[in-house]
Amino acid sequence: MDPTEPSELVLLIVKIGFLALLWGFVLVAVRAVRLDMFGPTKRQQRREPPPMSRPTPPRTPPQPARKPQSPSKLVVTKGHLSGTTIPLGSSPVTIGRAQDSTLVLEDDFASGRHARLVPHDGQWFVEDLGSTNGTFLNRSKVTSPMPVPLGAPVRIGKTVLELHR
Amino acid sequence: MTRPPIPLPPLRRPRSADLTATFAGLPLPQGTNLPPYRRRELVLLVFAGVLATSALAALTFADIGELSLGIFSIGLGFFCLWALAHLAVRRFAPAADPVLLPVVVALNGLGLVMIYRLDLAKSEAAKQAGRHIPPGAAQVQLVWTLLAVIVLVLVLALVRDHRKLARYAYTAGLVGIVGLLLPIVPGIGTSINGARLWLRVGPFSFQPSEVSKIIILIFFAGYLESKRDVLSLASRSVLGVKLPRARDLGPVLVAWLASLGILVVQNDLGSSLLFFGMFMVVLYVATERASWFLVGFVLFMFGAVLAGTMFTHVQIRVDGWLHAFAGDNPSSTSYQLVQGLYGFAAGGMTGTGLGEGHPQKVPFANTDFIMASLGEELGLTGVMAILTMYALIVLRGMRAALGAKDTFGKLLATGLSFTLALQVFVQVGGVMRLIPLTGLTLPFVSYGGSSIVANAAIIALLLRVSDSSRRAPEPASDAPLFDPGAVADSPTQVVKTT
Repeated sequence: MDPTEPSELVLLIVKIGFLALLWGFVLVAVRAVRLDMFGPTKRQQRREPPPMSRPTPPRTPPQPARKPQSPSKLVVTKGHLSGTTIPLGSSPVTIGRAQDSTLVLEDDFASGRHARLVPHDGQWFVEDLGSTNGTFLNRSKVTSPMPVPLGAPVRIGKTVLELHR
Repeated sequence: MTRPPIPLPPLRRPRSADLTATFAGLPLPQGTNLPPYRRRELVLLVFAGVLATSALAALTFADIGELSLGIFSIGLGFFCLWALAHLAVRRFAPAADPVLLPVVVALNGLGLVMIYRLDLAKSEAAKQAGRHIPPGAAQVQLVWTLLAVIVLVLVLALVRDHRKLARYAYTAGLVGIVGLLLPIVPGIGTSINGARLWLRVGPFSFQPSEVSKIIILIFFAGYLESKRDVLSLASRSVLGVKLPRARDLGPVLVAWLASLGILVVQNDLGSSLLFFGMFMVVLYVATERASWFLVGFVLFMFGAVLAGTMFTHVQIRVDGWLHAFAGDNPSSTSYQLVQGLYGFAAGGMTGTGLGEGHPQKVPFANTDFIMASLGEELGLTGVMAILTMYALIVLRGMRAALGAKDTFGKLLATGLSFTLALQVFVQVGGVMRLIPLTGLTLPFVSYGGSSIVANAAIIALLLRVSDSSRRAPEPASDAPLFDPGAVADSPTQVVKTT
């Protein structure tokens, strides 16, 4: 036996230590995934998805009971892009079949430039851009820019969009 | 209506955005709204570098009983190599997924250490037998890793918008098939171990089917994107299964049959299985028809039986799988498989420890059977960690597909991540005797240049798709809202005519 051979115990510690490090990496990576899915650990933010089952009537101002929070993302809930989310910034979101739209619809019922969402005073407005088949907010046709409440369905062709916090 | 000039406050800690902007020279508003993706990536990347370095340190310690400063400089070099890719992501895809790259780096680091470990065993054996010490594979693999990083950076830099790739769909299909045909051309093609799959350029050999896989996927995704409505609406019912019309599916079918045919002729059944699975999944995602699974299963059974009766090398593989321990098999046809299984058994729960096992007893331990080597030295615990890392890559790829704002991106990302998943399943399943053995490589871990370069390109494309799906919308341009050309193309019919 080689005299420089390290002892069994040291090798065992090295072995277990390396496996612990390996799993440590996996756990840190999983934590990064979790952070990505649920946002940073603001617990109240995660606990809060409100039941939005009742459609709020359009044109009513948002409930003054709570400080109105501006939506942070646009979620596609129906159509073949469903599951897609678009983070909302300070710039308008254009929707249509044109390749340079923010949300490119492949829907024969949508126009090239169909509609857009525009932020103003912390609220998002939906505006129809002269589409052929129309844009609908809560089943009513959008003719002039209308404020979009959180969770209210905006329908364009076969696609339904909602604003989420 | 003009954009209202209300600047939103930065959503979260802007520090990372500042850093991103410093590296990238990007205008700040784009980055300010982003969560600190790149900082999270950097933290994970440092962890991956530490992991690879400590693997090397543990191996060296077990081998010679002491540590030297050289190990840390090698680890630092490895980290700096991949940090280049990180900087490129900061520059070209600031909103891309923060988990993909570090997990790839960790797998690559583990693979390099294991290849080096097998080199050590080989040179030890050569020294004892008084033979000439063979050149190390780890150095060659390190060069290929450098090349893979360069390819990753290049793909990120050149493909600024993955949607543009859809324009070259047909070109991609043709290039992909020509790429598959290249090894048959005499002069540049060579055969290694009975399969003619390689191109030889100087001392390096390259397997074009690895790259063709990605290029043909671009064709599938681009073609199916333009035809998805026709495919899912205009269909006929055959035996209760709705099938699209042949003329709609024709080009994809031709490309697919051609690639499968070429691969079967070249004896590369692993890759043909990969192409088959990729095609079925992309078709399923494009048409949203579960019946494709049934069709795929029937076709797979048919193909498997056909291959089993027609090719003797398939029969040998299946026999070695089913009767691995029967008769003469353990010492002849299933020798490699059985040695690999003994390796796993010797590893047990926690493994023998790096440098303490005998993984060199398995033939081709650093390519096809690297999972057996890892299983022997890291045990079940290590193998599970490695498989979890692959699961994370596939999960993040699928997430990118789910978030993609266009069909082409969705199909491309789904196809790419599914290909990775299938490759890991077929490879590890083969080594663990769950399914017959095929000659695929373990992505990022196995020794093999073309594999790591092609897989780096896959990761670059996944990063690109995830970047476009997470990026805050671009500020509205000054271009007129109505582009006459785009409006001219859009049909105005209310009732669809098919």
